[in-house]
Amino acid sequence: MDKTKLVVIGNGMVGHKLLEAVVASGAAAQFSITVLCEEPRPAYDRVHLSEFFAGKSAEDLSLVQGNFFDDNGIHLHLKDKAVGIDRAAKTVKTAAGAEIPYDKLVLATGSYPFVPPVPGKDREGCFVYRTIEDLEAMTAWGKKSKVGVVVGGGLLGLECAKALKDMNLQTHVVEFAPRLMTVQVDDGGGRVLRKKIEELGVIVHTQKNTLEIVDGPGMGVAGRYAMKFADGSQLETDMIVFSAGIRPRDELAPLAGLNRGERGGIAVDEFCRTNDPDIYAIGECALYQGRIYGLVAPGYQMAQVVADQLTGKTESTFRGADMSTKLKLLGVDVASIGDAQGSTKGALSYSFVDERKQIYKKLVVDASGKLLLGAVLVGEAEEYGTLLQMMLNGMSLPDAPEMLILPISEGTARPQMGLDALPAGAQICSCNNVSKGAICAAIDEGCTTLGALKKSTKAATSCGGCGPLVTQILKHELKARGVAVSNALCEHFAYSRQELFHLVKLGGIKTFDELLEKHGKGHGCDICKPTTASILASIYNEHVLKPKHAKLQDTNDYYLANLQKNGTYSIIPRVTGGEITPDGLIAIGAIAKKYGLYTKITGGQRIDMFGAQVHELPLIWRELIDAGFESGHAYGKSLRTVKSCVGSTWCRYGVQDSVSLAIEIENRYRGVRSPHKMKLAVSGCTRECAEAQSKDFGVIATEHGWNLYVAGNGGMKPRHADLFAGDLDHDTLIKYIDRLMMFYIRTADRLQRTSVWLENLEGGIDYLRKVVVEDSLGIGAELEADMRLLIDTYECEWKKAINDPAVLKRFRTFVNSNEVDPNVLFVEERGQIRPANEEERKSRLGSIPVVTESSH
Amino acid sequence: MKTSPAAAQWIDICALDDIVPDTGVAALVNGVQIAIFRVGGSDAPDALYAIGNFDPFSDANVIARGIVGDLGGELVVASPVYKQHFSLKTGICLEDAEVSVPTYAVRLCDGIVQVAP
Ligand code: SRM
Ligand SMILES: Cc1cc2nc3c(=O)[nH]c(=O)nc-3n(C[C@H](O)[C@H](O)[C@H](O)COP(=O)(O)OP(=O)(O)OC[C@H]3O[C@@H](n4cnc5c(N)ncnc54)[C@H](O)[C@@H]3O)c2cc1C
Ligand code: SF4
Ligand code: FES
Repeated sequence: MDKTKLVVIGNGMVGHKLLEAVVASGAAAQFSITVLCEEPRPAYDRVHLSEFFAGKSAEDLSLVQGNFFDDNGIHLHLKDKAVGIDRAAKTVKTAAGAEIPYDKLVLATGSYPFVPPVPGKDREGCFVYRTIEDLEAMTAWGKKSKVGVVVGGGLLGLECAKALKDMNLQTHVVEFAPRLMTVQVDDGGGRVLRKKIEELGVIVHTQKNTLEIVDGPGMGVAGRYAMKFADGSQLETDMIVFSAGIRPRDELAPLAGLNRGERGGIAVDEFCRTNDPDIYAIGECALYQGRIYGLVAPGYQMAQVVADQLTGKTESTFRGADMSTKLKLLGVDVASIGDAQGSTKGALSYSFVDERKQIYKKLVVDASGKLLLGAVLVGEAEEYGTLLQMMLNGMSLPDAPEMLILPISEGTARPQMGLDALPAGAQICSCNNVSKGAICAAIDEGCTTLGALKKSTKAATSCGGCGPLVTQILKHELKARGVAVSNALCEHFAYSRQELFHLVKLGGIKTFDELLEKHGKGHGCDICKPTTASILASIYNEHVLKPKHAKLQDTNDYYLANLQKNGTYSIIPRVTGGEITPDGLIAIGAIAKKYGLYTKITGGQRIDMFGAQVHELPLIWRELIDAGFESGHAYGKSLRTVKSCVGSTWCRYGVQDSVSLAIEIENRYRGVRSPHKMKLAVSGCTRECAEAQSKDFGVIATEHGWNLYVAGNGGMKPRHADLFAGDLDHDTLIKYIDRLMMFYIRTADRLQRTSVWLENLEGGIDYLRKVVVEDSLGIGAELEADMRLLIDTYECEWKKAINDPAVLKRFRTFVNSNEVDPNVLFVEERGQIRPANEEERKSRLGSIPVVTESSH
Repeated sequence: MKTSPAAAQWIDICALDDIVPDTGVAALVNGVQIAIFRVGGSDAPDALYAIGNFDPFSDANVIARGIVGDLGGELVVASPVYKQHFSLKTGICLEDAEVSVPTYAVRLCDGIVQVAP
């Protein structure tokens, strides 16, 4: 059977979604697919383009999974542009001269940034903001500049302003209209937004009509332009970025006789079809009922419709899309829902302004006051999910709709939307088109945590805006299913680790027995005892082997070493930042040799010595301490290593001294006990040789400072860390890590690494940023003080142990004999010892009459 | 419980103070490794238990180094290697009743811990 020849022009976000949808339908084999991609790289995440400035690479932004094109037999022409369509011959002509035949053709050419026709706009130093190449050019020029101007105060313009700020430029926004974000917010919202943004150091000029760009006395070495405005004023700058709206890339349409709208856009029907039934248009180039959809979610819906049409699901249609959005612009939450301007006939509105906190909220309701038509939220947008659902599903408003936006006093709950009233078809996650029904189905299949739901449905994995609502539904549905969401630690405590932490801290409880007496029952067990030991250590940092704490410790903590399979222990001294002197190496070598230990370089940049018996541990440690070593805490749920790369001291690419910082950080947090182990790393440049993005807290040097990443994980379920904040100076970096680490210690579950913790944290990384960067809970200083206590009370646990006779007494293999364990047998392999295997042990033990051997 | 043969030959092991409350120690008695636990109670005097030190799941002599506690009212020790629980009174494994460790008679005599292997 002949395959259908499918040609897709444009491999942007929407064009790529189409390819994915065709592949996901399982029908890809029926097609021979060719993709024309004008850009030098296949599809990437334009929505998160700005993160490029915060350290994300082109690869990080890529939307292409693995070998997507090869695996699915899709022919991708990079850097080749379609220049003509011959509808009679059914071919597409490319700039490189190819003529590609098609049976079905999809135009996904997106849009281009509109640049107002002001004289001087083509000078060097004038940019647009659409592709990775645009950003690279801006970065290069930005380095030579001091002042930057964005023309356009809309959504993209403000994002662009953030980019200029991140480049440390004095940043101006020039807007033609009297307020910012004219499309999405109203006057009141615009005012609050402007004030907030100005406080962040961006200078806003509204009602400015740019007449021309001329030479001027700029401050940098690069540009030196002056922008002349209609009101006679002028603004000097070194670079200018135009962000004054988008225009559909419909230039192929008239050449091929495809209908366009009056103001551009390739006209399509509800099947996303042009006036040629074999040609479709989707995404930002398509015009449906006179409207261009400049957001990615409607584009994705169109892509799905076309994939359905192509694969025979002809009932699938696109009937327009909701343009509600929630964004974070320059760190300010802004949300716009439905009829934000209140232009529906008879519409009434409620609004609330808090000028101190700079919050603006408005509801637009219909004349009857029963239905929500739209809303604007600036400065705080937590209600977005609830309000959006009310609007989309026509749910009836509560009697006092104002309660939905008025601030709530501590302890009272905001009236919740009845989640039961939400229809199963309600779209909860618009980025990934996940309905309430799909979420409920996943819960039925056993997803009982936010992390599991995200994984199975993809809900809340893109912009994250729907996260709080997804969590609400999860809790509600679990309750409805009678699943007692028990977070009890074990049978002895009906509390979660987080709750126990607070009980201990607020109650000033200092021992396990006291905690058990006040809040638990029974004797305790191997779950609650080590957990309590960890909590006590995280709060008071008393020696873990104090008599009252000793019985709580897992064997690793009790013997301050790592238990191995044959009952012996391994020893890892701290090698801060992985830096070790030749003398240090010699000392470890000499000690290991003396005690006959197996040595190995660990995955954490230090040296492990294996095969020590309990009674040997203090002897070995005395020698290690005399040689200047200290405990490496490899045995504890605590800070492990801060891995480093060699950095700017030696490496020709390094931009900062990563070794010094790693050592400083490791010394700062050494010994800190936590819900699970914590690993950190510092890399000297973006090449990332220290693998910081696989660590709980990772630091990567930039030219301006340090990027901080959180919640990376290696291990059984690797997770790339998320960029938490970029270009931090040293002190801010340390402050953030202090707060993050302590917040994790306070709120995580037992044995929960930061990766799982963050995946399950309601509100995700945005919430974490609020708590840590904006101090939204007002606990920043407290977190730092708690961390300071841990830092100030640090002592080497081994140094303390070997100088305490009562503790030393416990390091005996047998309480009543100086014998060694006859079951511990070693054989030699590659010049070192290893534990004997079962057979080897049997044959040896068999020959030794065990009973007589030790009966003295 | 395994009763000690021949009307119990009590052997001195250590002073009670040599065992940290709510932990265990290992003793070597006639070539046999015994794990002895001291379990405190706020209302009752310390109780002593003795079971085999050999962990049948890991084939290592480590039971004395486990964490002591109770599960469903049963006093247990958790093996430090793979965390199976053994009853301090019967030696039976709670996760797999087919598996057990031996138990031994143990008592306190004038502040000295004694076992009868
Ligand atoms: C010794 C070492 C392997 C080696 O020979 O290189 C090691 C050995 C153990 N690892 Fe590891 N891990 C070692 C580096 C790592 C690394 C690499 C790293 O740190 O860069 C990883 C992946 C990175 C990460 O953690 O994200 C790693 C991921 C794990 C995991 C999986 C954690 C996870 O979140 O999935 C476990 C299991 C656990 O902790 O629950 C584990 C547990 C263990 C335990 C504790 C298992 C056990 O209970 O016996 C091993 C005993 C340590 C010991 O000294 O006897 N080890 N382990 C490494 C010690 C590093 C050090 O200097 O302290
Ligand atoms: C900085 C920025 C931030 C944004 N933030 C958001 C946001 O927060 N939320 C949101 O919903 N949307 C956002 N958007 C908009 C979103 O990125 C677009 O809606 C989406 O990318 C549209 O996808 P598309 O495939 O239609 O167009 P594009 O992604 O632009 O892809 C079109 C592709 O076609 C190529 N092309 C054009 N003509 C031809 C030709 N003749 N031959 C071959 N190839 C051709 C182009 O080079 C381009 O690669 C943002 C956009 C930008 C620039
Ligand atoms: S991360 Fe950068 S600085 Fe560090 S070793 Fe690698 S290339 Fe050099
Ligand atoms: S709405 Fe964006 S991730 Fe769900």
